[in-house]
Amino acid sequence: MCLAIPMQVVAIDGGSDEVLDPQVALVESDGVRKAIRLEMADRLPTVGEYVIIHAGFAIRTLTAEEAEYNLELMRKMVDMLDQDGGPAGAVR
Amino acid sequence: MNLAEGFRSREVTAPLVAEIARSLERPIRIMEVCGTHTMSIFRHGIRSLLPEGITLLSGPGCPVCVTPASQIDAMLAAADREEVTIATFGDLVRVPGSDRSLAGARARGARVEIVYSPMDALALAQREPERLVLFPAIGFETTAPAIAATILAAERTGIANFAVIEANKTMPQALAALMDDPLLKVDGLLCPGHVSAIIGSRAYGPLAERHRLACAVAGFEPADILAGLLSLIRRINAGEPGVENCYTRAVAEEGNVRARHLIEQVFEPVASEWRGLGAIAASGLRLKKQYRRFDGLARLGIAVRPTQEPKGCRCGEILKGRLLPPDCPLYGTACTPMRPVGPCMVSNEGTCAAYYRYIGVTDIPVSLKRRDECV
Repeated sequence: MCLAIPMQVVAIDGGSDEVLDPQVALVESDGVRKAIRLEMADRLPTVGEYVIIHAGFAIRTLTAEEAEYNLELMRKMVDMLDQDGGPAGAVR
Repeated sequence: MNLAEGFRSREVTAPLVAEIARSLERPIRIMEVCGTHTMSIFRHGIRSLLPEGITLLSGPGCPVCVTPASQIDAMLAAADREEVTIATFGDLVRVPGSDRSLAGARARGARVEIVYSPMDALALAQREPERLVLFPAIGFETTAPAIAATILAAERTGIANFAVIEANKTMPQALAALMDDPLLKVDGLLCPGHVSAIIGSRAYGPLAERHRLACAVAGFEPADILAGLLSLIRRINAGEPGVENCYTRAVAEEGNVRARHLIEQVFEPVASEWRGLGAIAASGLRLKKQYRRFDGLARLGIAVRPTQEPKGCRCGEILKGRLLPPDCPLYGTACTPMRPVGPCMVSNEGTCAAYYRYIGVTDIPVSLKRRDECV
């Protein structure tokens, strides 16, 4: 099951053993911390950045600004639709 | 900050729904390729928000569903071996092969463990060196890099009792084969979010061009899906085929190069059998020569043999968008989530499971019953 919400990295942990203690990004959701593998990430996140996750692996790293920007895009689109129906391709 | 609230809030979705209703100029047919889209569309009641003229068809994007019974049988043959532990994603265990499932094998003593990541399967192998731990490599481009990374980790750490059962599939070739089917009439594709995060939105360019299709890459939240549908409607209205990326927070035009490199390091394309779609050239992944020792079935001398799909099961046609679940004679009678006959009723992401859970058997809307429209 895919999850489309970016999750904020609260810590980088592990790294002492490749299999039993791999380097992971810890993300927090509803007070529960989850360890996310980083092998597949397009780039390694730092604390405070966001990751999009698939099956326990980060598949995309976003800066906090990028994560916020996406939500802002949605809001802008709504504003634009409210005004005039908006141009084709307003959703990027 | 809770980003989820933003993508779900009515404040964001209501104007999108209204604009979709305003924009629709003629009846259109859209295929949502990804199983997570299917589930999200049902969970959030998106069908009921859309105007009647939009028909949504589910495509072949549920990895477990497109895995043929012959491959399940081979996994069962492996599970029967004394020394083998099958470590698998949970939605595979109840998928019936030709006569039983991994859950059935487990009930009779086979070791079948559910893991959340292939790395967990590797850790299991490290903890239990006397067992041969096999991970069924089910999944598309999003899962393949994780499996590749696991194989590379097994190699670097010298864990010899871990192997995979090759079953990965890749999406563009299957979509191309599907769109070549003259019986399938589709105006637009809602392209899978996380497969696209790996292959990039531009991977659909040739498909859009060849079939003059509108394509929109979308995320899984209601606002994502509605924005994707709106983009498709506008392209269809304008007669402008092409690909729109509506999921920029996860998907770059060029995709995730690092993840694709992992796939290319370990795997190479091979013809693959899809349930319902048949064999499709270069639509599967097999281990490259230098990683063949991680081929679990070869190690056990087990071959994948052709077999019959479950009798009466119409999963194949449902996966091709030719039938909707209520069109299957087994739906809701012989085949239910408790006693599934076909994979589309088993998986969390299966179309039949979504219909059963959110629409049920007795309350099928008239708009979904128009059989003539879905052929």
